[in-house]
Amino acid sequence: MTTRTLAVVSAGLGVPSSTRLLADRLTTATVAALRERGEDATVEVVELREHARDLADAFVTGFPNAALRAAIETVTGADGVIAVTPVFTASYSGLFKSFADVLDRDALTGTPVLLAATAGTARHSLVLEHAMRPLFAYLRAVTVPTAVFAAAEDWAGGEGTSQELAGRITRAAGELADVVTGRPASARPADPFADVPSFEDLLRGNP
Amino acid sequence: MLNHRESAMQFGIFSVSDVTTDPTTGRTPSEAERIKAIVAIAEKAEEVGLDVFALGEHHNPPFFSSSPTTTLAYVAARTTRLQLSTATTLITTNDPVKIAEDYAMLQHLADGRVDLMMGRGNTGPVYPWFGQDIRNGIPLAVENYALLRRLWDSDVVDWSGRYRTPLQGFTSTPRPLDGVPPFVWHGSIRSPQIAEQAAYYGDGFFSNHIFWPKEHTQRMVEFYRSRFEHHGHGSADQAIVGLGGQVFVRRNSQDAVREFRPYFDNAPVYGHGPSLEDFSRETPLTVGSPQQVIERTLGFRDYVGDYQRQLFLVDHAGLPLTTVLEQLDVLGEEVVPVLRREFAALKPAHVPDAPTHASRVTARGGAQDSTVPARGDDVTGRTVEEVSA
Repeated sequence: MTTRTLAVVSAGLGVPSSTRLLADRLTTATVAALRERGEDATVEVVELREHARDLADAFVTGFPNAALRAAIETVTGADGVIAVTPVFTASYSGLFKSFADVLDRDALTGTPVLLAATAGTARHSLVLEHAMRPLFAYLRAVTVPTAVFAAAEDWAGGEGTSQELAGRITRAAGELADVVTGRPASARPADPFADVPSFEDLLRGNP
Repeated sequence: MLNHRESAMQFGIFSVSDVTTDPTTGRTPSEAERIKAIVAIAEKAEEVGLDVFALGEHHNPPFFSSSPTTTLAYVAARTTRLQLSTATTLITTNDPVKIAEDYAMLQHLADGRVDLMMGRGNTGPVYPWFGQDIRNGIPLAVENYALLRRLWDSDVVDWSGRYRTPLQGFTSTPRPLDGVPPFVWHGSIRSPQIAEQAAYYGDGFFSNHIFWPKEHTQRMVEFYRSRFEHHGHGSADQAIVGLGGQVFVRRNSQDAVREFRPYFDNAPVYGHGPSLEDFSRETPLTVGSPQQVIERTLGFRDYVGDYQRQLFLVDHAGLPLTTVLEQLDVLGEEVVPVLRREFAALKPAHVPDAPTHASRVTARGGAQDSTVPARGDDVTGRTVEEVSA
């Protein structure tokens, strides 16, 4: 049985946070979906709140410190990523974007990603399609078609809305499991030293 | 002539030439003050027994050092033993013809106590001020340096390239002292192409080292060493490696931390970010006692191997001149003598010493006068001087 690694990125700030709650439900559903497809999964969670200062430091110094490097490697080395952010001021949170900003541009190329977001009201739900999906398109990640949005009413609401959220979670998890199982086990990030042109090429003007 | 201090490994200081407000007093030195201070710092470096003084080149405030050869020539006249270098010379935006001329000139005036470190410069707006484009940084570094080598290694150069007007029958003067051009280091923080360039020519590779985790420096140096061997200049451990380092030292380590913290917290490069303790853990920054600086510096060898040159940054972030001079006293008296002894004891015999003009002249089989006499014109065979005499 192949074992896949799932990295879960949660930008929730509260403890407990509804963002993390959604991330956990997506994770459980994805692990179950992988099992149905005959694959095992290990899950690693990156709580961006724990790296808030590391991220600020990385902007100032130009390099991620050891703790942040470990988080980056967890995400960029995973077979699949579940990325969940709260909506702040009409977009993903600044903390979430800060993490995206410290990733190498090519680090998530081809990586399957499930997008999800939380907010107080469903009126923010298009943030997933208008902000988050373009961000991952830039990173050339493979985002699955169903992105999952959970508003306050999904958690607190009646039977109907909760059922709808559960249905979206199952569908999105199934899509992620399909993409992950269709790919070879994780290709690690490319070695930047592996393809340095020879100096003869550099002299000929091919850097 | 070798003297007792010209040992296997060289120790010195490098300055980026920043004019920065002292955060503890709010006072900003004038350019005039900093320029005189840098000369005093260089003289002090020689006085306390350090080997190398290297100065940066910048073309925008808050830096004063736009013309390092002017400063270095002045320092050369006021010192007798100090090796003069740069950190760095901009190979992208300077005309390689002018680099060839300026540094050969300096070499003669300084009796050979000159080498230089090539760098691309990472300030985008500077490039167009000199008619260039930062997006061509690597190709500029490659082409300009190839021309610089030709200008130093050949008396008469015909040349054409992409970034400069062609040359026909050009002789760069003065010719290198004793027929041996200055040794060249290539500095790069993150471009393996530059490590490849250094390896191709068998030149030195200098890793700035000071603003990055050690794993980063380790990979770049390993790559340079393996390519040095690939290009046939010797075994990987014979490649010529230099490292930066950043220290603040007081006899008592708590005093060092207390005194340096406000400078750290407000420094232009990393201030208002990580704590001094975090940054010290992540990078080579060492703030503490002489013994702590000695142990940390000896530890560099664990991840880059035996190396030839260690330069410390000591005069940045608004530190006053008196403090910098005190730093040099401690480095010269308590730190560097121990480092010399310890590094020398560890270095295997087949690892080369730091290159000097003397050692390079010897390797070349002795000094030769490389003056190129003026040629007459093709028609009359006479020179301009003869005609006007």
